[in-house]
Amino acid sequence: MSTSLAAVRAVLARRADEPGALLPILHEVQDQLGCIPADAVPEIAGALNLSRAEVHGVITYYHHFRGEPAGRHVIQVCRAEACQALGAEALLTHAERRLVCRSHASSSDGRYTLEPVFCLGLCASSPAIVIDERLHARISPAAFDRLIGALENEDAEEAAR
Amino acid sequence: MSTAITVRVPRDSAALAVGADAVAATLQAECARRGLALNLVRNGSRGLFWLEPLVEVSTSAGRVAYGPVTPEDVPGLLDAGLLQGAPHALGHGPTEQIPYLAKQERLCFARMGLTDPLSLADYEAHEGWAGLRRALAMPDAAVVDEVLQSGLRGRGGAAFPTGIKWKTVMNTPSAQKYIVCNADEGDSGTYSDRMTMEGDPYMLIEGMTIAALAVGATRGYVYVRSEYPHAIATLNDAIARAEAAGFLGSDVLGSGRAFHLQVRKAAGAYVCGEETALLESLEGKRGIVRAKPPLPAIEGLFGQPTVINNVISFASVPLILARGAAHYRDYGVGRSMGTLPIQLAGNVKRGGLVEKAFGVTLRELLYDFGGGTASGRPIKAVQVGGPLGTYVPESKWDVPLDYEAYAAFGGVVGHGGIVVHDDTADMAKLARYAMEFCAIESCGKCTPCRIGSTRGVEVIDRITANVNRPAQVKLLRDLCDTMLAGSLCAMGGMTPYPVLSALDHYPEDFGLATPDRAAA
Repeated sequence: MSTSLAAVRAVLARRADEPGALLPILHEVQDQLGCIPADAVPEIAGALNLSRAEVHGVITYYHHFRGEPAGRHVIQVCRAEACQALGAEALLTHAERRLVCRSHASSSDGRYTLEPVFCLGLCASSPAIVIDERLHARISPAAFDRLIGALENEDAEEAAR
Repeated sequence: MSTAITVRVPRDSAALAVGADAVAATLQAECARRGLALNLVRNGSRGLFWLEPLVEVSTSAGRVAYGPVTPEDVPGLLDAGLLQGAPHALGHGPTEQIPYLAKQERLCFARMGLTDPLSLADYEAHEGWAGLRRALAMPDAAVVDEVLQSGLRGRGGAAFPTGIKWKTVMNTPSAQKYIVCNADEGDSGTYSDRMTMEGDPYMLIEGMTIAALAVGATRGYVYVRSEYPHAIATLNDAIARAEAAGFLGSDVLGSGRAFHLQVRKAAGAYVCGEETALLESLEGKRGIVRAKPPLPAIEGLFGQPTVINNVISFASVPLILARGAAHYRDYGVGRSMGTLPIQLAGNVKRGGLVEKAFGVTLRELLYDFGGGTASGRPIKAVQVGGPLGTYVPESKWDVPLDYEAYAAFGGVVGHGGIVVHDDTADMAKLARYAMEFCAIESCGKCTPCRIGSTRGVEVIDRITANVNRPAQVKLLRDLCDTMLAGSLCAMGGMTPYPVLSALDHYPEDFGLATPDRAAA
């Protein structure tokens, strides 16, 4: 049995009896494995007495869940109205160019995943982005480049060690 | 050794996003280097976001504010006498006297920024648990009646009287009832729920506990969007602390009555902010809207009677119980009683949380509080009530903000979000975006929303490309009419609001002749 399936079974053993357990289980699996691998679906379905189609339906319904692992860094750019009012669309276009990565996709080198998101709740400090779960507000294209530059320096330092 | 001076640096997401952690770390390091005793508290945010990170220093004359502070500012601020509250270019004097704050009527947000969000002692010292204690001494029906008498209406947007929901659940017999908090705050331009969960979580816990005891529910869930990791972490921490202190759990404050509360993380589906879709999601299914009836109050979560309210609705309850219904009801106008935490957002100079009694006008909010646009250009469009809200034309900016007055001209107050756009905004593009958003986020159950939104994008594209424009404009209006009248929930039913208001008030952006502006 693969390590990832073992992780899925451990989550199921702990949570399968909770009322409405599917979403908490999917969150835990994704938090541990970075995604919900295809071979986890029958395991989860079996434990919750659901069909595989039902589990697949839930995974694909919600934007948060992914079937494939993300790139090394996940960059989210808010494109809701409040951020649009201060240049979010231009920022997203800039991010696509800077990261050489299309929206909703990963860069070919696997370094970045770029995700447009709808509202981070930072609507009075637009535009807002998230880099690897850290929030940044009032982001101009130049500020975006500084943050990505710092990230690249960190990666380079780590690679040199 | 001098006595430690208390300095507060907020831990609200919006402060963290502009570097509050770095400011706090620099303050600590710099004070240590200088041998100055510092008592650093991470408070909630006052909601004056253009000043974040807002550093507050406790002085004999009260708290003194500085902001926005960067780590580079810290040595200079300390040189100037930050710890004594001395004047500085970044200084704003006593926090409470900053006009933006002084002009507000903070009931729900009275503690916001004052306290350490997770400190039970702080909460208790600022009127915390007074509502719950009073409720425990009253008959259940009297608690529900108090909420009814306060005039509180659902702050999530639908504005349904909260007390009536509670009464229905109370009067529906069942072995298991539930309390569900809708914290799926997906509307762009809104953040009052997030602030409450991050900055004053016990207020929400107290409100939900009062609801549970009043209607006879023993289990509750807070459904929080996955985009709010800090809110989820703070709430989980607060629930654990409240439980350990006996405010939650199997014996609430020694009453012998139980209330177990749990946080559930959402997964990024906007439509789950609709209450029945939210319940489906809590049950572990796709967040598909249910047909009503049956009402959730009768058949809600797992088919049981369920009180489902927004964060701010629950958060308004402790004060109503602590001070009585009349105190709350005396704020506001007409049938819109109490206060609304309004959120100024988008292209606005002073964006932030403004809690005012109903009846304040948009013009006061945009200029007296907001100070106009951040870009310095003229305001062109103002969307009130979230992404499904109307673009309110300038001719309506003096209408008092209340549910009925807004409904009278086709507007919605919604969850109190106000998004400002300057004159560079392209209203046809924003209208197209509203349709596109509906197409992406539609749950797919009803045809007007699922198909109508996609057709809406196509029709707007043909209008802007001037392909048979007059006929397409008529088609767009017909389509909007079908969505308005035929959709199962507000997702499809309200998407026409931003679309039609953009078309009606900014026809030139769609390539149409401008009508008489005065008539707009």
